[in-house]
Amino acid sequence: MPAVSMTVNGKAVTGDVEARTLLVQFLRENLRLTGTHVGCDTSQCGACVVHIDGIAAKSCTTLALQCEGAKVTTIEGLAEPNGPLHPMQEAFRENHGLQCGFCTPGMIMAALDIVRRRGNDLDEHTIREQLDGNICRCTGYHNIVKAIAAGAKAMAKGGAHQAAE
Amino acid sequence: MSATGIGAAVRRKEDLRFITGKGKYTDDVVRPGETRAVFVRSPHAHAKINSIDVSAARKMPGVVDVLTGKDLATDKIGNLICGWMIHSKDGTPMKMAPHPALAADKVCHVGDAVAVVIAETQAQARDAAEKVKVDYQVMPAVVDPGKAKSGPQIHDVAPKNTIYEWSLGDAKAVDAAFALAKHVTKLDIVNNRLVPNAIEPRVALAEYDAGTDQLTLWNTTQNPHVSRLVIAAFVGMAPEHKLRVIAPDVGGGFGSKIFIYPEEVVCLWAARKVGRPVKWTADRSESFVTDAHGRDHVTHAELALDASGKMLAMRVKTIANLGAYMSTFSSSVPTYLYATLLSGQYDIPQIYCEVDAVYTNTVPVDAYRGAGRPEATFVVERLVEVAARQMDIDPADLRKRNFIKSFPHQTPVIMAYDAGDYNASLKKALELADVKGFNKRKRDAARDGKLRGLGYSTYIEACGIAPSQAVGSLGCGVGLWESAEVRVNPTGSVEVLTGTHAHGQGHETTFAQLVSERLGIPFENVSIVHGDTDKVQFGMGTYGSRSGAVGMSAIVKALDKIEAKAKKVAAHMLEAAEGDIEFKDGKFTVAGTDKSAAWGDVSLNAYIAHKFAGQELEPGLKETSFYDPTNFTFPAGCHICEVEVDRDTGKTEIVNWTAVDDFGTVINPMIVEGQVHGGIAQGIGQALLEGAVYDKDGQLVTGSLMDYCMPHAHDLPSFQVGLTETKSPSNPLGIKGCGEAGAIAAPAAVINAITDAIGNEELGMPATAQTVWAALKRGQPRQAA
Amino acid sequence: MYNFTFHRPTTVRQAAGLLARNPEAKLLAGGHSLLPVMKLRLANPSALIDLSLVEGLSGVEQKGRSIVIGAMTRHADAANSPVLQQVLPGLASVPASIGDPQVRNRGTIGGSIANNDPNADYPAACLGLGATIITNKRRIAADDFFTGMFSTALEEGEIIAKVSFPIAKKAAYEKFKHPASGFALVGVFVSKRGADIRVAVTGAGASGVFRVKSFEEALKKRFAAKSLEGMTIPASGMNSDIHASAEYRAHLVGVLARRALVKATA
Repeated sequence: MPAVSMTVNGKAVTGDVEARTLLVQFLRENLRLTGTHVGCDTSQCGACVVHIDGIAAKSCTTLALQCEGAKVTTIEGLAEPNGPLHPMQEAFRENHGLQCGFCTPGMIMAALDIVRRRGNDLDEHTIREQLDGNICRCTGYHNIVKAIAAGAKAMAKGGAHQAAE
Repeated sequence: MSATGIGAAVRRKEDLRFITGKGKYTDDVVRPGETRAVFVRSPHAHAKINSIDVSAARKMPGVVDVLTGKDLATDKIGNLICGWMIHSKDGTPMKMAPHPALAADKVCHVGDAVAVVIAETQAQARDAAEKVKVDYQVMPAVVDPGKAKSGPQIHDVAPKNTIYEWSLGDAKAVDAAFALAKHVTKLDIVNNRLVPNAIEPRVALAEYDAGTDQLTLWNTTQNPHVSRLVIAAFVGMAPEHKLRVIAPDVGGGFGSKIFIYPEEVVCLWAARKVGRPVKWTADRSESFVTDAHGRDHVTHAELALDASGKMLAMRVKTIANLGAYMSTFSSSVPTYLYATLLSGQYDIPQIYCEVDAVYTNTVPVDAYRGAGRPEATFVVERLVEVAARQMDIDPADLRKRNFIKSFPHQTPVIMAYDAGDYNASLKKALELADVKGFNKRKRDAARDGKLRGLGYSTYIEACGIAPSQAVGSLGCGVGLWESAEVRVNPTGSVEVLTGTHAHGQGHETTFAQLVSERLGIPFENVSIVHGDTDKVQFGMGTYGSRSGAVGMSAIVKALDKIEAKAKKVAAHMLEAAEGDIEFKDGKFTVAGTDKSAAWGDVSLNAYIAHKFAGQELEPGLKETSFYDPTNFTFPAGCHICEVEVDRDTGKTEIVNWTAVDDFGTVINPMIVEGQVHGGIAQGIGQALLEGAVYDKDGQLVTGSLMDYCMPHAHDLPSFQVGLTETKSPSNPLGIKGCGEAGAIAAPAAVINAITDAIGNEELGMPATAQTVWAALKRGQPRQAA
Repeated sequence: MYNFTFHRPTTVRQAAGLLARNPEAKLLAGGHSLLPVMKLRLANPSALIDLSLVEGLSGVEQKGRSIVIGAMTRHADAANSPVLQQVLPGLASVPASIGDPQVRNRGTIGGSIANNDPNADYPAACLGLGATIITNKRRIAADDFFTGMFSTALEEGEIIAKVSFPIAKKAAYEKFKHPASGFALVGVFVSKRGADIRVAVTGAGASGVFRVKSFEEALKKRFAAKSLEGMTIPASGMNSDIHASAEYRAHLVGVLARRALVKATA
């Protein structure tokens, strides 16, 4: 089996994988980072969104081998262990931007990518359009939209423009 | 109100694990030696199985075993069942066809499982599954419920594919009332088939311990105890005490995870056979053809009114598609959860409803958020809106004229509404939605080439499911009470074990708020335990907006007992008479004195038991309650939808949404509003975007998220949510329930708004751009009846 | 998905060599069309040749009176390219409308046009601007490149290196999104470059992207929405599915063409 090595949440990792192994499988099954979820098989739902070299991607539509040498950040890598939450995580909690929690890691990772691309002052229309790649069945998005706007603002205050990658 | 007590918008306890990726969903559970299961599924809607050849599959790398329906029958694994008996008009019982977990003789829908491959890895199992050769003899299929009775017969037990022909109400009285009517509004309505699509796909992980003969199932279920009961008592997998069902974090359910499915049965059976844990994780494509779908009604409805707009009677005839097999609660959805709500918020003297339930070669249909009540609301609220337009009466005014104003109110369809103020929610909604300013907004939109419309939905639902005797008399196979066990630890912290289950509803927070307020202890010192049959003795799970009204009521009853016992302990500690002990804000005091004991002192004393004799008072502080409600609860409210339709493309944009709901007592307004938002989104999804479509051969055309349109953030507006409150007299907290309201109210509001905008009442759901464009093109003027 | 071998060449020549040695191989660009199809086991390549390390395939630049986009340029990078936004904003709006943000972060122009999905956006831009597809072997005019649904003029062993778009003075894309997939239910690209007037339609045609000659003729008199007033195209030859009938698609072609013209002439 081919070997793959990459940096995940700041740690160098390696593994032997079948070529057909998706990044999400590598994360969940090899590294036991189960915060990244699989909600569909056609790249629509966005529950699997992670950052590859700082850019949001669907880890269900990326081969592990495509990430050779890459820096991958997952939901588990946003806050330091025992450290404070990332402002975007905090905003989701504060604004009740989640219910069952299954889409949440992907939503938060996608939200950070919106901030990367569109800055910290986000209006409702922009957030709704830019969430096109993530589906939530619980919240009706109302509070997710609020959370992302608030999280983006809080990031500006804290000087954290991007995820900790 | 304390910062964490009843009525406070407390931030959720459960969020920390979800926002950090530490949630533990079923697929995140890994057992040593775990194998993976992949099912071989029928590509045909209806076919005889001539033979299955598993020999090539068995030789594939990593394969542990390949099992078929024949093996299942040999091992005498029982069929899945529907747990609610419905009798036809003629008194005959419903025609429940056998539903084996793996089909042995014939397949009845695309996705019906015929074999399972157990292998070391998921990929190996899938590779091998392709090597299972099934020789099918394809038979003609029937998918359209309207044609089911004349279609090819699917099950031997059900001639004309008819499960039951049921009715409710007094047909003769209704006919008489119609004869006197000055106005009759008639509508043909299709309530579209929906795919629940909780974002977490279903998962089952089963493990067998040969040493103790114990089976354990980790499962994405909304009701682990019901699951265990059915798998033990009906499927006969193992005795109840040898089967443990664990529902860890569950990623949404919306009804679809109530039911007992073939996959969990097969995983349990296979785990025992191969002697290793077996896990099955659904692909989304698999979810589409195996998760129970929702709705799928074809209805003709008529409303009779007098000249002043007073409703006289309603007549409804519905064909309900239950799919290829009767799912766990399928029979109840188009009957007692549907026809019983046809009175809406209105004083309608006579109602008659007939429901024919039919089999088709489609995925089984069962409860989906709202379950029967969205269908009823859609019928009632479309009839009322169209009647108002036809009679040239303001739709809000016609509603007001017919609202039930005094309580209790006995409807002609079983339900006795116990409390409500329908005018109050309508009035508040009219204000919040600025209905007065609508005509100006409509003119402004017209200048931009847009058609603006306004639609109401004054819905009602029956929740807090349900009084056990009542549902028993209607055919339900179980009681629908709820249990709670309150364990006070020696140091005063509290664990509450509940038989309800949360899969997004935030029970860990709201239930803790109740305990914190009642016992006067810090919110942080309360843990809620659910979802494990080894921990919680029994419970009925979560659906039908029941967890607050029934589940929290059980906690209240258990807390009553805790308080009573704690007072006894305190009396011994404070050397006072039990009757003199008062309990407030976490402190026990002797009335009229300054003698007191703190909560933690009393809990400690309950366990160290130094201050009282064991013969007099048992040590410990733990109480259990089984609470059976006295009635359903009746949440109700008014939703107003305002749309703009693009004349050229037919695309509808929802520009304003106002919801005013009466849920009785609200424990956590933040969570309640979240439930309303989510419900509305699902209702808008049904009205505008979602529809499961089968072709004539029974292939699901909308079999993935590429074709089945889920609501996205940009499809929806932000929602304006308000509350009114009349307390439910049927439970100690006055709670009515909030989980389904949005999904129940929304479809009618949307369709009422679009039909208002385009001036054509003939509009099906989902009202996609194409559908609306076609309706605009047909441009039929409203008929006056 | 079925298993395969995985290769990461660093030059086009190496990639071509791998293709030649593995007749059942497929090139992997962004992977957002190919991998989903493979996950559903609808494609079974023996090998994937990942182009992401091949040098010189990415980037947007102006070359004289053309915009040249490297085959491996991600949709997000093309959409945000300052030079493209400045000289040919109508083209920049095409990658900006593809899929969703995560798809745009990975998907590439080369992958999109090589796949020639009948509902994809880039083919409309290529045909609507009269682009030239430059491969490791030759230059192919867009008019000759798209040969039918999921079919192109690419020959075995041929690798797209870049796409050259003439800078049209007036150009715009108008898309009606498929509500579930985000693909174009119908998309119309219009452009005017001197006397060359083009109206290209994706999503609607039963055999993929096509030009609407009748519209182009009408626009010769005046390149404005008014010139197409009341015009439509026949429903025959249009795709028909549950999301849009042939008749509705034909209707949308007219509506979207007029809206694109409003944008292009604004």
